[in-house]
Amino acid sequence: MTEYRMDEAHAGLALDRGVQGILGRPLDRIDGPAKVTGAARYALEHRLEHLVWGVAITAPVGKGRVVAFDTANAEAMPGVLAIYAGDEALPRQTPVFGQDRAQPYDGTIDSWGEIVGVAIAESFEAARAAARAVIVTCATEDGIFATRDGEGDAFGPPEGALLPNIVKGDLDRAMAEAAVALDVDYSTPRQVHAAMEPHGTIAEWHGDKLTLRCSMQIFRQARPVLANSLGIAPEDIRLISPFIGGGFGGKNVSADALLAAVAAKRLGRPVKVALARAQIFHACYGRSDTYQRIRLAADAQGRLIGYGQDSLVSQKVGANSFEPVPLGAIALYRGEHRSFTTRVAPVNLVAHGPVRAPGEAVGMIALECAMDELARELGLDPIELRRRNEPERDPTTGRPFSSRRLIECFDEGARRFGWDRRERRREGEWLVGHGVATAARVNFLADSSARVTLTGEGRAIVETDMTDLGTGTYTILAQVAGEALGLPVESVDVRLGDSDFPTGAGSGGSFGAASSASSVALACDDIVRSLAAAMGATPEEMTLKDGHVIAGNRRVPLGDLVGDTPIVAIGTIHPGANNRRFSQAAHGAQFCEAWVNAVTGEVRVKRMLGVFDCGRILNHKTARSQAIGGMIWGLGYALHEEVHIDPRTGAIANRDFGEYHIPTNADVPQIEAWFVEEVDRHANPVGAKGIGELGISGAGAAVANAVFDACGVRVRDMPITPDKLLMGLPPI
Amino acid sequence: MRAFDFTRADSPQAAVAAGGRFIAGGTNLIDLMRLEVETPERLIDISRLDLARIEDRADGGLTIGALVPNSDLAADRRVIERYEVLSRALLAGASGQLRNKATTGGNLLQRTRCYYFYDTAASCNKRSPGAGCDARGGFNRIHAVLGTSDDCIATHPGDMPVAMQALDAVIVTLTPGGACRRLPIADFYRLPGNTPQIETVLEPGELITHVELPPPVAGARHLYRKVRDRASYAFALVSLAALVKVTDGRIAHAALAFGGLAPRPWRDPAVEAALIGREPSVEVFAAAADILLGEARGSGHNDFKMPLARRVLIAALRDLTQ
Repeated sequence: MTEYRMDEAHAGLALDRGVQGILGRPLDRIDGPAKVTGAARYALEHRLEHLVWGVAITAPVGKGRVVAFDTANAEAMPGVLAIYAGDEALPRQTPVFGQDRAQPYDGTIDSWGEIVGVAIAESFEAARAAARAVIVTCATEDGIFATRDGEGDAFGPPEGALLPNIVKGDLDRAMAEAAVALDVDYSTPRQVHAAMEPHGTIAEWHGDKLTLRCSMQIFRQARPVLANSLGIAPEDIRLISPFIGGGFGGKNVSADALLAAVAAKRLGRPVKVALARAQIFHACYGRSDTYQRIRLAADAQGRLIGYGQDSLVSQKVGANSFEPVPLGAIALYRGEHRSFTTRVAPVNLVAHGPVRAPGEAVGMIALECAMDELARELGLDPIELRRRNEPERDPTTGRPFSSRRLIECFDEGARRFGWDRRERRREGEWLVGHGVATAARVNFLADSSARVTLTGEGRAIVETDMTDLGTGTYTILAQVAGEALGLPVESVDVRLGDSDFPTGAGSGGSFGAASSASSVALACDDIVRSLAAAMGATPEEMTLKDGHVIAGNRRVPLGDLVGDTPIVAIGTIHPGANNRRFSQAAHGAQFCEAWVNAVTGEVRVKRMLGVFDCGRILNHKTARSQAIGGMIWGLGYALHEEVHIDPRTGAIANRDFGEYHIPTNADVPQIEAWFVEEVDRHANPVGAKGIGELGISGAGAAVANAVFDACGVRVRDMPITPDKLLMGLPPI
Repeated sequence: MRAFDFTRADSPQAAVAAGGRFIAGGTNLIDLMRLEVETPERLIDISRLDLARIEDRADGGLTIGALVPNSDLAADRRVIERYEVLSRALLAGASGQLRNKATTGGNLLQRTRCYYFYDTAASCNKRSPGAGCDARGGFNRIHAVLGTSDDCIATHPGDMPVAMQALDAVIVTLTPGGACRRLPIADFYRLPGNTPQIETVLEPGELITHVELPPPVAGARHLYRKVRDRASYAFALVSLAALVKVTDGRIAHAALAFGGLAPRPWRDPAVEAALIGREPSVEVFAAAADILLGEARGSGHNDFKMPLARRVLIAALRDLTQ
């Protein structure tokens, strides 16, 4: 049992002495073959005896009250087992961050498509038909269906919010006194996670014990919410979620889990509930639209004397978590006058919760486009502008950075991209331009425990309730354990996504890899100490490689040292004082070449390149894939993604993947992602920083800046669709 | 999805006699049935009929079976060589997987992607005649600016039919009475008027069996240009199928059909008349665009389609006449 609190830099792990040579290597995912052959079972793919299907019933009004249900037709349909409608045991929608339970049905409707019931049948088709056949009669009331319409009642961050408002100095005065002052408004639209796997759960009861085969990212957070919502003890809930088809912050306790659990209890049979895509748009949270005022006050040399990112966002009435727009800006650039504030407008729209890189994903688009505008005003190269504003310490808190290699990222990126040789030009109908932007994402550490068992056969088993969203967690944990214990990955079994395992970090906030890897590495340290005792040596005297321990002139198979009783160790990491002592973030530099059609305003991105500082890289292939995935997401935020709300009803008009546009393969260009590596000892024991959300940060701004460079039209309202460029294009 | 009867037809005659909705690729109808936008009581599977061939005609044209998949039609050597605009239009549509399933006959009958048509909680005259039109006053960026009515502003979503419109295709059908009809595509689609639920001149139960393409226009240059929000798997904001031939410095042939603008593939004889016989110039093209858009009316979010169509038309004519 090894527990470590991150109050100071860790002195060094067995991992750091490892000579197996697998940590960081670009290994293929060890779970890859299971996924491509279909052997990996996702939540909805389990076949249980006596399984029945449930489909959610929703209310088609944006604000109002349910007046009546007519379930007679639905109940009479063949195969229908039960219609639970207007039932206080059922959730109204997916609880959001900060809510400790689902709001129960009470007849009130506060956003379009709230859940009002569930139809259960012997087949999926029958359940779907029955759900549609239930007539839900509602009295409608006037609602607030746009963020701007709720601005009058907007409130600031509540007590204890992740991100309080921060104001330092006097930015108004700095703006008045600045040699160059830029004051611009940017906006980003509502967006959704758009995970390929829909939200779905199979619930099964054994007496008072509930088992959920589910798609949930963070069990530590999910179990109490489930327990509170269902009125049972957290210990009575087992969650099984070994494979997740994309989460991005959207896969926590969603309504399907609660509907399935309630129905399964009543019917005494396992129940499967999957939300249809349109229901995911309406009954699961997304990301708020944002209205951002960016102020940059610079001296004549381009040094910022102050800057601000002050925003309006919205949240569904009754919830108070919010999109932390300026998160990436706070520690980013120099300047003593600073203003980072957010107002939250209550609205009758689907709630908002964490979506990949809360804050930075949309905040960095506006900030980094504005920085590009400032560079042009100053006649400075945009990279030089960042260089002149690189702070030595966090300018907001005065704390040192745990590690920060932003300028190296720019230098390396400029060299690889050919920034100095870039050429604005016209190629036939196409206007070619280039853009650059900073990437930044705060770095978190989460509590995490993992159990590592070394068997007499010389195999290691890693167990934690950590999840793998498709990011590569199985693989990196095998690499960490293998490197620390001197085992090839083939000799390491990684078991994830079962709440019977020690409580891990879960996947979210880009803390999953570093937190879970640290707990595994700490457990391995424990095992190495046991091996050392058996070997009669100190851990430092031993070399572990290829399943053998070498010390002095002896080389002993691991299994021989273990004997009949496996060595079991639990490693636990806790966040500690280093969270407060150091300013922690991952950084990067984003480059883009965009082509804008001079006739139509269509944008085609030709090249993207990112160089990232994410601490130690545990697997260069999965890390690179994470970075590239994020950059594609950024491309989509710049050009494609946008939820359209009907202003009269609050319903989402584009509620499927045909009309909610994410980039297709044809939109995705050549993308390169590189890393400047550094083991960040202040961040966590393994020295990795978050990757998953960094790739998005700034990527959209690099695209938007390239579009401006190409055609001279500055679009400050994302996404940049052809209609917004059309009027600024050259005459035909 | 409502329960339905399903039968498989073994001949076109049996198909029309069966009395039900035809299904082949199912790439549109099944989606609509899942959402209960369409609730047919009987489906007639026509996918096994012998209608999947592309054959040369004596006059130099082609006869395309109604079951020829989009991907096969796009890749046919004769189509590529003689009807380039059709191949390009097909490849601009949907995705590879959908083109493998979607058929020629079915694609002609693809229904609008209007959000409110798809949303059974919304009012839609096309789905429920007389219910009203929520697209007006709603979110209407993808909607039509030409040929609309007070009752409906939905856009025809297709690409292939736009090219076929420019090619003067003829749609061959079998009526329930056993008669064979030959319908020029110019007469095939109906404008919404006050019956937006009726989209073509097909009688209930009438089956499309073939599409005939007349002989290619010798010397005409082809272009299919599709403007869209992303590079693939997106419906046209504006598309243009154009065949233009210049002889002795003057435009001798012009066939221009637009997608994304109207409830049907849109071809305006007056636009072509303004071009034929003229020396190509931006002024002439602009005058044609004025004619095209003279009656155009936006609904707010889609107002940009007018200047966009204008630019696309002028650029296309410039390319084709250079």
